Amino acid sequence: LPPRTRTCSDLFLLSSRNDDLKEMLESNKDSLKLDAMKRIIALIAKGKNASELFPAVVKNVASKNIELKKLVYVYLVRYAEEQQDLALLSISTFQRALKDPNQLIRASALRVLSSIRVPIIVPIMMLAIKEAASDMSPYVRKTSAHAIQKLYSLDPDQKEHLIEVIDKLLKDKSTLVAGSVVMAFEEVCPDRIDLIHKNYRKLCNLLVDVEEWGQVVIISMLTRYARTQFTSPWREDGLFDENSETAFYESDEKKTENEDEKKSYMMDPDHRLLLRNTKPLLQSRNTAVVVSVAQLYWHLAPKHEVGVITKSLVRLLRSHREVQYIVLQNIATMSIQRKGMFEPYMKSFYVRSTDATHIKSLKLEILTSLANEANISTILREFQTYVKSQDKEFAAGTIQAIGRCATNISEVTDTCLQGLVLLLSNRDETVVAESVVVIKKLLQTQPTQHSDIIKHMAKLFDNIAVPMARASILWLMGEYCERVPQIAPDVLRKVAKSFTSEEDIVKLQTVNLAAKLYLTNSKQTKLLTQYILNLGKYDQNYDIRDRTRFIRQLIVPNEKSGALGKYARRILLAPKPAPVLESTYKDRDRYQLGTLSHTINTKASGYLELSDWPAVAPDQSVRNVEVIEPVRIHLYLYCPFPLTIQALHQGWPMSTQTFNTSSSEVESDEEKSSSQSSEESDKSSSQSEKSSSESDSEQKKKTTKKPPQKKTVKPTAKDRYHTIMKYTTLSNQPFFRSYLSSLGSRLHGFVPKKCLSRSLCFSLYTHPCPLSCAALLQVSGPAFVPEKSHDLLHRMTGKGLSAQYQFPRQPCLYQPSMVSVQISLTNTSDRPLEQIHIGDRSPTGLNMHCFNTIECLLPEASVTVSLGIDFNDSTQAANFQLCTKEDQFSVSIQPAVGELFLPITMTEQDFRQEQGKLSYSSATITMAAANTTSQPISRQVATVANLGVVPSGQDNIHRFAGKTASTGAVVLVTVELRGESTALITINTEKSVMGPMLLRDLKRALAQA
Amino acid sequence: MIHSLFLVNSSGDIFLEKHWKSVVSRSVCDYFFEAQERASEPENVPPVIPTPHHYLISVLRHRIYFVAVIQSEVPPLFVIEFLHRVVDTFQDYFGVCTEAAIKDNVVVVYELLEEMLDNGFPLATESNILKELIKPPTILRTVVNTITGSTNVGEQLPTGQLSVVPWRRTGVKYTNNEAYFDVVEEIDAIIDKSGSTITAEIQGVIDACVKLTGMPDLTLSFMNPRLLDDVSFHPCVRFKRWEAERILSFIPPDGNFRLLSYHVSSQNLHPLRSASLVAIPVYVKHNITFREGSSQGRFELTLGPKQTMGKGVEAVLVSSQLPRGVLNTNLNPTQGTYTFDPVTKLLSWDVGKINPQKLPSLKGSMSLQAGASKPDENPTINIQFKIQQSALSGLKVNRLDMYGEKYKPFKGIKYMTKAGKFQVRT
Repeated sequence: LPPRTRTCSDLFLLSSRNDDLKEMLESNKDSLKLDAMKRIIALIAKGKNASELFPAVVKNVASKNIELKKLVYVYLVRYAEEQQDLALLSISTFQRALKDPNQLIRASALRVLSSIRVPIIVPIMMLAIKEAASDMSPYVRKTSAHAIQKLYSLDPDQKEHLIEVIDKLLKDKSTLVAGSVVMAFEEVCPDRIDLIHKNYRKLCNLLVDVEEWGQVVIISMLTRYARTQFTSPWREDGLFDENSETAFYESDEKKTENEDEKKSYMMDPDHRLLLRNTKPLLQSRNTAVVVSVAQLYWHLAPKHEVGVITKSLVRLLRSHREVQYIVLQNIATMSIQRKGMFEPYMKSFYVRSTDATHIKSLKLEILTSLANEANISTILREFQTYVKSQDKEFAAGTIQAIGRCATNISEVTDTCLQGLVLLLSNRDETVVAESVVVIKKLLQTQPTQHSDIIKHMAKLFDNIAVPMARASILWLMGEYCERVPQIAPDVLRKVAKSFTSEEDIVKLQTVNLAAKLYLTNSKQTKLLTQYILNLGKYDQNYDIRDRTRFIRQLIVPNEKSGALGKYARRILLAPKPAPVLESTYKDRDRYQLGTLSHTINTKASGYLELSDWPAVAPDQSVRNVEVIEPVRIHLYLYCPFPLTIQALHQGWPMSTQTFNTSSSEVESDEEKSSSQSSEESDKSSSQSEKSSSESDSEQKKKTTKKPPQKKTVKPTAKDRYHTIMKYTTLSNQPFFRSYLSSLGSRLHGFVPKKCLSRSLCFSLYTHPCPLSCAALLQVSGPAFVPEKSHDLLHRMTGKGLSAQYQFPRQPCLYQPSMVSVQISLTNTSDRPLEQIHIGDRSPTGLNMHCFNTIECLLPEASVTVSLGIDFNDSTQAANFQLCTKEDQFSVSIQPAVGELFLPITMTEQDFRQEQGKLSYSSATITMAAANTTSQPISRQVATVANLGVVPSGQDNIHRFAGKTASTGAVVLVTVELRGESTALITINTEKSVMGPMLLRDLKRALAQA
Repeated sequence: MIHSLFLVNSSGDIFLEKHWKSVVSRSVCDYFFEAQERASEPENVPPVIPTPHHYLISVLRHRIYFVAVIQSEVPPLFVIEFLHRVVDTFQDYFGVCTEAAIKDNVVVVYELLEEMLDNGFPLATESNILKELIKPPTILRTVVNTITGSTNVGEQLPTGQLSVVPWRRTGVKYTNNEAYFDVVEEIDAIIDKSGSTITAEIQGVIDACVKLTGMPDLTLSFMNPRLLDDVSFHPCVRFKRWEAERILSFIPPDGNFRLLSYHVSSQNLHPLRSASLVAIPVYVKHNITFREGSSQGRFELTLGPKQTMGKGVEAVLVSSQLPRGVLNTNLNPTQGTYTFDPVTKLLSWDVGKINPQKLPSLKGSMSLQAGASKPDENPTINIQFKIQQSALSGLKVNRLDMYGEKYKPFKGIKYMTKAGKFQVRT
């Protein structure tokens, strides 16, 4: 190779150019700077050193010009490691950018910050990663997952902290993040399988929608995971199938035991989930994904299911040369164990003259593995063509392949041998030599009938120059010298003449031949042997000298020779086992298929061993994540449809088919729902309060627009389609959404798995945040609605207008983040009040949904209106003006902290799980005597705060759950009775202000007499 | 995962390097050069080369080696697939992927590579997303940029990155809405000396060029979907729908993309015919002989159409690697032109269109090295051809419907059959 060094003139040029670059970078014009940066990037691309410009470049890191900035980033990442001190100057810029409202800027700042390999900034990086991991934008979170690996490679001591971040990100539900965080997991803590348990099912379900590269990583991680968590599905399936029927009819007692053991295997549903969810990916356009699914099936699927991967792997053979190479390697390993899988596709492995050499030899390998009694004649005919190939290396490979076929399939051994003998007269030396070597091996397996072949080869000896072939012939002569007694000494004579000029390997075999002949036919060969041993004694190679000395001592009787001499014949002419011709891919299956280690057949650094199946499956329940059933219904019954249409409106089309199926399903489910709602109405008399409020809200809906869920009418799917089409415009409005969610909360039923179909998921993801939050935490009806109303405006101050407000504790119809407030206005004066409405409000940003102006309120009349106020999760009062035609009254609503919540349903298990993630505050109190049983406690808590009751297994622990209206943060309350009258109240929430406030209120309520 | 990337041209020079982690010295490529020297043909360089501290995974496209440096275990196909994606992107951006094009656009190349990988893990490989981040260079844009001072780099996160249809950007607008689909089938075959088929397979693709406003949702159905034995889809295709109804339903990416590749198994083709073979559209009559001891060889080749369903066979190109002993040829084509390279021994004959009335043939003699022995093997003949307006398998698109947008798009479907790896052994 020519040395790639730079000449002096080059250096000179470079430095003079650099001066000019420096000036350009320090100019005021962005365009000049940009030009300079472009030239610098070109230098870096060529591998030239541009590090001298570091100070000049780094100044531009905060440039407004985004392209310039990006190029500076590229430069910075390249040279920061070399110029650590100067690189630090740029850090503050990134720290600022990390707070930028533009997610792309936040993400790229984190990317660059984490790519700067300067150990001093590790704490800054750590902080940035932690923050980005809880960023709103999934893109930024993805970037933080990448940054984890970078920080880990810079400072492995951060491992524990990074694992925390990984754990957090693993819980992320965005498909964008999944692949990257699993990658980080694999790099930082691949042994922490326990972090996967809870996310296993989620990962399986998200898999189809994750980007291709992430899929590869996740699949390979899940393969490893599955091998540690599930039991082997490979209990000799074939045997089982054959035996099962006979065993059944014979009712043989001996077999039943065996049977039981076999039948007892039930595939873990999670194992099945993985297999089912990866299968569609065999159709991916990305070859890496296809092969990773193939290896997953190979390592995890029951034997009879592995067949599904065959077609896809064969399809990949049409792809690029490099892809073919890897795929063929994997097929080669597979085909040794499972011939049947690829046999029908045998012709796809036929070699073309245009294939690259390594492709050819792999195809040959596979064809040989696939050979059996039925197809051997076809394969051999194909091989005949290959032997004639102009690519001699390939022809030699074919001869070896023929040898392997001949030993594996005894029917064709003779045919092959004859074919190989014919090749001995080939003009090409490599072909002949290879044939000799292979024939030698074949003869060893059945030497009896082939003395003519040995004679033929002896004749060839003069013409063959390839050492290996010459050595092979000599060995054959010696081994079967008794079968060719005339010829063997003659061959020895010939080789004795050329001994000094032979290769080492030939010399060794010559010595061997001489020794064997000396023992069997000493009369003719004694002198020749002496001669050869003498030549060997003075050979340059010590191997040959050693061998010569050893042989001499062994065969030539003299006074010094020991007991061994007697056994010389038995030692040298012992029957030798025939060599086994086997594939070089035979033991490759110790590596996981599809890996780099498999390709290079050695353990690559960082290779993670695939463990053996556990004998007993570890606890399955670790993967349990309680799915809240109503949520699914809510999504399924109501969201897909309107959302689908809404999606269409947003330029997000769905297929008609989705329409049809979902509409029919909606209908069937709706029948259920209508029957349920009639049940509900039966009960309604008993639950007067609740259902009245419900029917109230429904009533309202009817007056505005006809709701789709009318109990009596059962429209056809088509009608429904149209009705719902009308509603599409509504679906964009917030109240409709919350209406849907409130309806969904009251329905229960079975949800088919399909509901998580791809298209549906799509439509959900496109949706803005509030609804998806609602989707995750199911809002339930209030447990208790206090009737207490508060004064808003006294009739004296209001000049006859009095107003009272109360919290109806219903989800707000206008916007999910608002708290609904009911105001009853009464006219206590003696004249009608006109135009009652809401005026200015403070704080000015207060998000509030006002009631429509009341045109006229007659004396003694009262009216109830509802408001929606977004308190933004704080107890800060909402101040506004209540106006009449003539007057304005400043009023304020100050909510108790408990009113800022919405109750949610969850199971005890989920509750505990959530609890672990949140910070808590707690207090021990002495309870009032009346409050020591469950009823009053629930009552008291429900009065204070709008929380839902969580069913509890223990009598002394009461749990309540809710979320804040505005941000949807979870609030969990636990009241644990300890002893007679003490109780521990624990509140878990990430809201650091609301928690203690709620605690204070609860303490007061529960402790009061 | 991917540590660094080196681009090496056919003469063995590194003309571009990019590192995503710490810098790896370019001397690591010496192992690659060694392997390159050992290989008789450029294609024979092994795709995976282990070195003491790194692993080199390379692909060869357009006579450029893309050599990726890996430091630890990673599925090799992951890297290979990614490298091919890089080449595709370059081709998409610059029209061609040559050393000159890459050198001319080195800044864009660098910006692209920066976006495509983060810390060695693919970040954005979807061409729609990349095009929003980095606009492809065009003459017009270059002019505009110099005048207005605007840049080629996007300031916002591409809409596709966060959406569930990452392959399509929002706000696509066209005055003429059109969707074209090309059904292209390639036939791979090996024909033996006597003219009988050893193996024949049909592989097809549907390439689309979709220029539609907004977010159209398309469905494409086939008359005979059962023909398709094995398929792979662009991620936009809804797999469930295909499984259930054999209908392709998708929101297309904007511009050119490959919707589907498929394999037609030979068994499915003619269920009534006992011989389960693919219809071979051309036949070759050949007579290539070398005589022992003679310095002359005979060469005769005649091509003819066969089972072409009445369509003409066009763009026929015959090539053959003659044995090393052949010094020169003296041949007469009845049509088209032929060349023989005495150094590489490659014979190629550009036939053009086959006229069934007057079959093209190439006849004459070959002069052999005096004294050299007769070559063992007759050369293999590779044939390329095209048949317009016909898909060999008989696959037919039934209809194409659009939902979600109001306008009426212009739709077009074209069929074509091509020879893939079509070899005749003589």
